[in-house]
Amino acid sequence: MVGYSHYLILSAVLFTIGVFGVLLRRNLIIIFMSIELMLNSVNLSLVAISKFTQSADGQIFVFFVITVAAVEAAVGLAIIISLFRHKQTTAIDEINLMKG
Amino acid sequence: MWHNIIFWILSILCVGCALGVVWQRNPVVSAVFLVGSFVALAGLYLNLNAPFLAAIQIIIYAGAIMVLFVFVMMLLDLHHPLDLYFRFTKPKLPKYIVLGLFIWLLCTLILATAFPLAIPDKAQGFTVAQVAILLFSKYAFPFELTSLLLLIALVGGVVLAKKK
Amino acid sequence: MLSAILLFPLVGFLINGLLGRRLPKISISSIGCTSVFLSFASAFYLFIDFLQSPEGWREITITLFQWIPLLGVDVSFKLDSLSLLLVLVITGVSFLIHLYSVNYMEEDPSLARYFSYLNLFTFAMLLLVLANNLLLLFIGWEGVGLCSYLLIGFWFEDDEKAQAGKKAFLVNRIGDFAFLIALFLIFTTFGTLNISSLRVFEVSSNQLQTLTFITLLLFIGACGKSAQIPLYIWLPDAMAGPTPVSALIHAATMVTAGVYMIARLHFWYLLTPFSMTVVATVGIVTTLFSASMAFFQNDIKKVLAYSTISQLGTMFLAVGIGAFSAGIFHLVTHAFFKALLFLAAGSVIHSLHGEQDIQKMGNLKSKLPLTHIVFLFGVLAIIGFPPFSGFFSKDEILWLAFNKNALFWILGLLGALMTTFYMVRLFTLVFYGHSQKQNKEHLHEAPPLMALALILLALLSLAGGFIGVPHSLYAFFKMDNFLEHFLNPVFIRQLEVTQEGFSEYGLMILTLVLTLATAIWTFLTFHKHQEWTEHLKIKFHKVHSFLVNKYYIDELYTFLFVLPVKKGSELLLRFLDKGTIDGSLHGLGKLTNLSGYRLSLLQNGNIQTYALGLVIGAIGILLYIWSYFV
Repeated sequence: MVGYSHYLILSAVLFTIGVFGVLLRRNLIIIFMSIELMLNSVNLSLVAISKFTQSADGQIFVFFVITVAAVEAAVGLAIIISLFRHKQTTAIDEINLMKG
Repeated sequence: MWHNIIFWILSILCVGCALGVVWQRNPVVSAVFLVGSFVALAGLYLNLNAPFLAAIQIIIYAGAIMVLFVFVMMLLDLHHPLDLYFRFTKPKLPKYIVLGLFIWLLCTLILATAFPLAIPDKAQGFTVAQVAILLFSKYAFPFELTSLLLLIALVGGVVLAKKK
Repeated sequence: MLSAILLFPLVGFLINGLLGRRLPKISISSIGCTSVFLSFASAFYLFIDFLQSPEGWREITITLFQWIPLLGVDVSFKLDSLSLLLVLVITGVSFLIHLYSVNYMEEDPSLARYFSYLNLFTFAMLLLVLANNLLLLFIGWEGVGLCSYLLIGFWFEDDEKAQAGKKAFLVNRIGDFAFLIALFLIFTTFGTLNISSLRVFEVSSNQLQTLTFITLLLFIGACGKSAQIPLYIWLPDAMAGPTPVSALIHAATMVTAGVYMIARLHFWYLLTPFSMTVVATVGIVTTLFSASMAFFQNDIKKVLAYSTISQLGTMFLAVGIGAFSAGIFHLVTHAFFKALLFLAAGSVIHSLHGEQDIQKMGNLKSKLPLTHIVFLFGVLAIIGFPPFSGFFSKDEILWLAFNKNALFWILGLLGALMTTFYMVRLFTLVFYGHSQKQNKEHLHEAPPLMALALILLALLSLAGGFIGVPHSLYAFFKMDNFLEHFLNPVFIRQLEVTQEGFSEYGLMILTLVLTLATAIWTFLTFHKHQEWTEHLKIKFHKVHSFLVNKYYIDELYTFLFVLPVKKGSELLLRFLDKGTIDGSLHGLGKLTNLSGYRLSLLQNGNIQTYALGLVIGAIGILLYIWSYFV
């Protein structure tokens, strides 16, 4: 039988895969995609819990998360374009302008 | 029963596509995998009786955001040798350890929580109308705020990506 | 009116000090002079007011505001006969010196600084005199110390002069330290610093010992300020400042502070005979000691400086034997003739373009007739030739000293004769004798304002003594001792005259004859045979070099105090400062630097490292939640 735990564990696995991408990939755009993946995994758990608690609030949250994800993608990709113009690369270990 | 079968198929598909996203050398292929993962998630939403979310998942994520990604990838010349030959940054080991610890802890905690194993039949999903009523009543103000947020993002995106 | 006296010099100081750079020279000097003159005018108005009111009413006390309420310290001023007299002398003489400075300092580029310091000096001295509170008095006390430092080192580009300023400041600091301890003791013993309250305080017999201690400490402070043994060494060096400043320090302000302070607190000194004896003894010893040092000085200003120390010694002798009004009287007359002498010396120096060595002068009588005359007035006043002012005051002190102890009289007379010797020597060498052939073409008499100040001071030196004509000469001058009547209400008790009246005449005539004889002998000796000095120099070579080198006191002090302090400081510098303090500070710096460097490795600019930190934090939170399940 598939229960809520299954959905949540699926969400956790997806989230960890996203974290893996963020932590280990060199390409900035793929890191960005991994972040989207993490957001989606959270969405999944929100939808599952929304059903579990029988309230639509969780779905509203997902709606907002999707909006914020869209915003983040727009701004983040603009930053990537701007960065690429300066450094001619999207490799994250070559972008360390914030070094102390 | 169908519910279970659909869950397993979609979850395997979803995890597989997610792994493909982080494993692929070519960002474009990664993007295609990501779309697959999103579509699988949309199916899971349907399975959880959230048709509205399934729809916007397809429209916004798979439609708008992924198109944006692909556009950016086309704008930038991404044939940097380092990107192709060295997917991962160093050091790897501490990151693997941390990740392992993380997933193990998450799963332990989820399993330790006393969720009812089966989803009861009487549990109903929410129709688009129900979600809309809630959105325009209880969450009317945050909803308005998101419009502002989108406007800011619009301006920010233009300013940042503009050529000097 | 009382505040006006204080206010004007302060305003003058502020205007010249803050805006002086932008003002033309003429307005700087007129502001400087006017402020002091207005102050003098206010004081004079109050003086007339005092004369018209009955004796008991001759006192004004005002409290401007509470300063430290916790200690009961107010900013309050008290004007009585004593302080009024001092205020008149200070503002009057100071005004003349200001006037003189207008010409004297004409060409100095920092005229505004000069006048603002001068005004501040006057203000500080007025504050000292008018204060009704020992803490306020101490502020004035420190203020004159500061101003003397600023003015002695006025030409600070010259290192020697700057050093002289420092020396004055540091030596004064020793005295001030004793003064400060005395203040603490007074506060712990009597619980107040208000002079009016302290005056009426009934001192119990078991407090007398502390009181002796206090008065001695206060006297050490007075020694510093009034240049008595052993703290006199700053005064001769104070000649480094501009000459009008020397006149101001020596005549109107600063050095008189010690005498004034003892007269102001005489009610304590009367209770402690031991301190009185110490004061008188130090006074008479200083008189003789410094007079002998003046014998063979060749710097015109240094001779005058030693004579100031000597005269101050006489004043301390007077207050030490309890003749307070006589001491104050001598202070007043001394202010007149010493200011005159200094300014006249300044005029000589000015006309000789900065030459101060009396051996290079000579036969200036015909070249500088006015200066010659006023200098003569000054000399006659200081050696006590009647009817010049010095005669009355010095004679009164000597007579009262005779009443106290014949030994004091003998030593005092000796001091007076020594004074006569070196003053006449100075006068003769400068104005008579062989003309030295250098720089004589450019000789010029004092400019008008300088001349005016000199003439006014000469008249004061001549007539100033008549405010205190002794009773014994009443028949002769048909004048009463005004000063004593004026000051008497201030002092609780004065020295009683116990000797027969006729001996006063005898002593007076004896003093006079001896003084005249010395003066004439000295004059003739130095006028006719200038080489006599050379003879003496060869004959008494050791004594001479001893005197020329001022008993090697400066060297002794250097050896005894300055060197150990320097050595000790060096040791402290090496071990404490450099080793401990610097070491620990540098260590701290290094530690900070090192840890900063190590920690900066954390901020390596690599976002993935930051993200790893984020995940580790998340794991921490999960572990915390997990602890609820286990």
